[in-house]
Amino acid sequence: MSLNPTMLLLIALAPLAGALIAGLLRNPIGRVGAHSVTIAGVGVSCVLSFYVLYQLVWGGAPTFNQNVYTWFQVGDFSTHIGFLIDRLTALMMVVVTFVSLMVHIYTIGYMADDPGYQRFFSYIALFTFSMLMLVMANNFLQLFFGWEAVGLVSYLLIGFWFKKPSAIFANLKAFLVNRVGDFGFILGIAGVLYFFHTLDYATVFAHADSLNGKTLDILGATPWAAATVICLCLFVGAMGKSAQVPLHVWLPDSMEGPTPISALIHAATMVTAGIFMVARMSPLFVLSETALSSVLVIGATTAFFTGLIGIVQNDIKRVIAYSTLSQLGYMTAALGASAFAAGIFHLMTHAFFKALLFLGAGSVIIAMHHEQDMRYMGGLRRYMPITWITMWIGTLALVGMPGFAGFFSKDAIIEAVHESQMGAASTYAYACVLLGVFVTAFYSFRLLYLTFHGKERFVIDHGKPHGHGDHGHHQPGHLAHAPHESPWVVTVPLILLAIPSVVIGWMTVGAILHGNYFGTAISGAAEHGGDAFAGPFATMLAGFTAPPFWLAFAGFAVATYIYLFNPALADRAKKALHPLWSLLDHKYWFDELYQAVFARGGIALGRGLWKGGDTGVIDNILIDSTSAGVGRIAATVRWVQSGYLYTYAFAMILGLVVLLGGLWWVVRV
Amino acid sequence: MTSDSILLSLLIWLPIAGGVLVSIAGGANANRSRWLALAVSVLVFAVSIPLLTGYDAGAGTLQFQESHVWIAAIGANYHLGADGISIALILLTTFTTILVVLGAWDAVHDKVNQYMAAFLVLEGLMIGVFAAMDALLFYVFFEGMLIPMFVIIGIWGGPRRVYATLKFFLYTFFGSIFMLIGLIYLYLHAHSWELSQLTALHLSATQQAWLFFAFLLGFAIKVPMWPVHTWLPDAHVEAPTGGSVILAAIMLKIGGYGFLRFSLPIVPDACQQFAWLIIALSIIAILYVGYVALVQEDMKKLIAYSSVAHMGFVTLGLFIAFALMRVSGDTQAAYLGVQGSMVQMISHGFVSGAMFTCVGVLYERMHTRMIADYGGVVNTMPWFAAFWVLFSMANCGLPGTSGFVGEFMVILASFAMNPWIAAGAAFTLIIGAAYTLWLVKRVIWGEVTNDHVAKLRDINPREALVLGLFAAGVLILGVWPEPLTHLMDASVKHIVDQLLVVKS
Repeated sequence: MSLNPTMLLLIALAPLAGALIAGLLRNPIGRVGAHSVTIAGVGVSCVLSFYVLYQLVWGGAPTFNQNVYTWFQVGDFSTHIGFLIDRLTALMMVVVTFVSLMVHIYTIGYMADDPGYQRFFSYIALFTFSMLMLVMANNFLQLFFGWEAVGLVSYLLIGFWFKKPSAIFANLKAFLVNRVGDFGFILGIAGVLYFFHTLDYATVFAHADSLNGKTLDILGATPWAAATVICLCLFVGAMGKSAQVPLHVWLPDSMEGPTPISALIHAATMVTAGIFMVARMSPLFVLSETALSSVLVIGATTAFFTGLIGIVQNDIKRVIAYSTLSQLGYMTAALGASAFAAGIFHLMTHAFFKALLFLGAGSVIIAMHHEQDMRYMGGLRRYMPITWITMWIGTLALVGMPGFAGFFSKDAIIEAVHESQMGAASTYAYACVLLGVFVTAFYSFRLLYLTFHGKERFVIDHGKPHGHGDHGHHQPGHLAHAPHESPWVVTVPLILLAIPSVVIGWMTVGAILHGNYFGTAISGAAEHGGDAFAGPFATMLAGFTAPPFWLAFAGFAVATYIYLFNPALADRAKKALHPLWSLLDHKYWFDELYQAVFARGGIALGRGLWKGGDTGVIDNILIDSTSAGVGRIAATVRWVQSGYLYTYAFAMILGLVVLLGGLWWVVRV
Repeated sequence: MTSDSILLSLLIWLPIAGGVLVSIAGGANANRSRWLALAVSVLVFAVSIPLLTGYDAGAGTLQFQESHVWIAAIGANYHLGADGISIALILLTTFTTILVVLGAWDAVHDKVNQYMAAFLVLEGLMIGVFAAMDALLFYVFFEGMLIPMFVIIGIWGGPRRVYATLKFFLYTFFGSIFMLIGLIYLYLHAHSWELSQLTALHLSATQQAWLFFAFLLGFAIKVPMWPVHTWLPDAHVEAPTGGSVILAAIMLKIGGYGFLRFSLPIVPDACQQFAWLIIALSIIAILYVGYVALVQEDMKKLIAYSSVAHMGFVTLGLFIAFALMRVSGDTQAAYLGVQGSMVQMISHGFVSGAMFTCVGVLYERMHTRMIADYGGVVNTMPWFAAFWVLFSMANCGLPGTSGFVGEFMVILASFAMNPWIAAGAAFTLIIGAAYTLWLVKRVIWGEVTNDHVAKLRDINPREALVLGLFAAGVLILGVWPEPLTHLMDASVKHIVDQLLVVKS
């Protein structure tokens, strides 16, 4: 039985309907109306997405590929809005709608006091629609559509608290850095059109091999392989959206947005769009060794070096943000190693446990009255047990504890990088992803200990008045009343996300990595099919003896020693390793560099062109001198200003007529 | 002499007659003038609808033709006609004029009848430009439309209006003189002003080169292309809101339209020869002017510079077609480039018109256009802020808005010529977003910065209607451009196929 097109349309449009109702009718429908209608929309999408997955995997439905309408037609070239629903799409749809649904429910609690409640629901529902359009696209145009639309919603949500200077700086920065990526992306799309004469996925991928031997003159005397140019351009787009070094700088700042969107957009879904895109384009990427090795190196670099920054962060959300960067690096490295299935696998497991970690952090932030600095936390496990336990589960999944979701996917990536055959690039990448495991465990357990364990580093001022604003700051570390566990709308999503964080890897590793789940949806998906796979249990057992486990254990042990038993050591280490600490604290100086070169440099260039070029050369020299001198204009102006404008207008017409007549006469003769 | 239809004549003379009526019957009664002007502009729009419904887009030929002898002694005819491209531009004109009349409702208090009359007369003359198929007739409308615009800026403009009007006049007049000489030269060879006759003329490479530069001066100033763009920011800054809207939305398009109707078909070999020049100037417009826009302190100047950058896509799309057709034989990409350039013209009409209207809304309340005087407008004007953000997104070419469609087509087409040209054009994704969203950040977001902003009232229903109609144009075209591309497709093909004819 094939998929029903109406149902697919409903999946995409239900969240849009919710967004429009909540956004345009915010006052009539009120708060309850806004969250009800958006949750209903996303709920419908989620249920139907599971049904689509069921039909594709168990119901024997074939891949669905159909256009909805023609976007434009020029000559013989037409572009469409349409859906390609294969198992890759279905997996993404389920992840996106499920996490989105959890975030919607959670938001009822998190944003309860916010005056922008309806607006927030409208935005996140709009985001869900955009993300679905992105993953369900059957062509490059619609992919770009969704790509930019999620960027827009991200911009609006990072700047959701638009009075905060830091928030409106961060959203501008996020948009512009993403646009740098999109610059590459659109050129990649143009390259695809140039060589394939269509933007339709199915046609392009079916003829992908025709790129072999085609070249472009780009730089230098040697022509570049077309596949390399196209894939590198497309990958620049992925680097922007999935925050790969050196376009990673926007993601940590995006934490200025409310926590639910950090979970949904800046951890689970939107930032993984780049990973999804490269996997979707895998038939093209496998054609270029150069592109793949660049992907591998950039992914591995991101995985290790951004993870290191996470160690020195004190803001609970920023630790998780750097962790996200690092995990995105792992996914990218998998793509570079041609292990596209492993990359998508990690994307899925990461979506669950990282959304869980962010939402857990949000729960902590509510309890701490919007204090995000872990130096003023500690010992919270007594006050909020559900948050505490679910955060532990998320952390174990993240660090790759054998048996947990992240273990299966991350180990597969490390293994794939280990086996990749790209010479020095592979060696470097393997070192990065392996060391990254230690770093991941260290910052993750540091976060847990600083937040939930050890001594309470906050003071409870009973009876003192305080502001309840989103960011209304009082004295750091002072709370008006004891922290308490969050309401059920917050804890239920935590629990519902904790479940897949434990079991999803176990359940799906066989199908995705060894069972040819993706089939023809992505290239090279079946490459591990021949491996001896003896079931998840055996994989888990083997995991206990593999190097990643011991590295993670070392990270756990060091973090435990320092943050549970000997906190003074952290400060001593910070002083002893001051240059290193400073380097990490300044995030390798990327922000300062970009600010100086691109922001201030751009403004200086603009001023130079304006004052020097437009005013200096064009106006003062060319125009005013050719039009008989500045003095003459000034004199005319004085004359005109003394008279009537009508006189002036008629004089002009008269002059025109005389001139025309004169010219006419001259030419005739 | 034929007369298929009097529709185009009606569209030219109805608003002009309406303008005269408003100026006389309106008298000193401002309200009567407003309502009369609104009635005329709505009526004209209604009359323009049959162009759309009655047009056979599949044929792509000139339709609704009307031809009478005009000045027999010199063989000039009153010949009107419209293909898909003209129809799109005429509809843009009739639609935008309604919004300008509505937009000026409370903004103009001085000589309302004459203000409204000037816009209606201007509307008729601009439609004349798009409908004229006789070169002399075209020239008369082309020059004639400047007069109401001078009057609009000169009377209802800002403090430096006389300087701006003079600069505008000197610039455009300088350009049109050369164009006129070119047209007269053509007439002397063809003994006709008919565009079809001029197109059929065989011209040597040298003749074509001279004519090419004569046309270039006329149209490049109108577009305006870098480096003859410096009149535009001054004209915009001094023009009243309605003047800016018409200037940006319609009058700049006449430059692009002129290239399409005159330069491309009449002197194709010279266009081919000098395509590199236009392409280079277009890329400079996109990059250089983008940076200049970034540092503007006056909102209107910023948007004016942004117009120059966006119009760079129009000239780029038109001229890469030559390189594509004649060098690589890639007709498909050439169609895409020209079509993209036309879509960009229509889209820019909506987006720039909307942006200038937004600035007008703020200016009426605060009497300043300086960015530094604003900040945190969203706090007091949330609905206005929503519109502003929407139009800003369209200005940076976000998919789903009209701003994306044309730029996307031109970037795709230029890759077929040279990836570096595509890269230059695509740079607008970054710089366009930078100057537009930085403006949004400084004006819209943030805490309320001063008492004046704190006292702002949100838009009233009339303003909401104007901005809402602009928004509808921006969104419909962005989500579903097919009807527009279908309208113009056959006409674009027809023009591009003419490029292949080697004349010299």
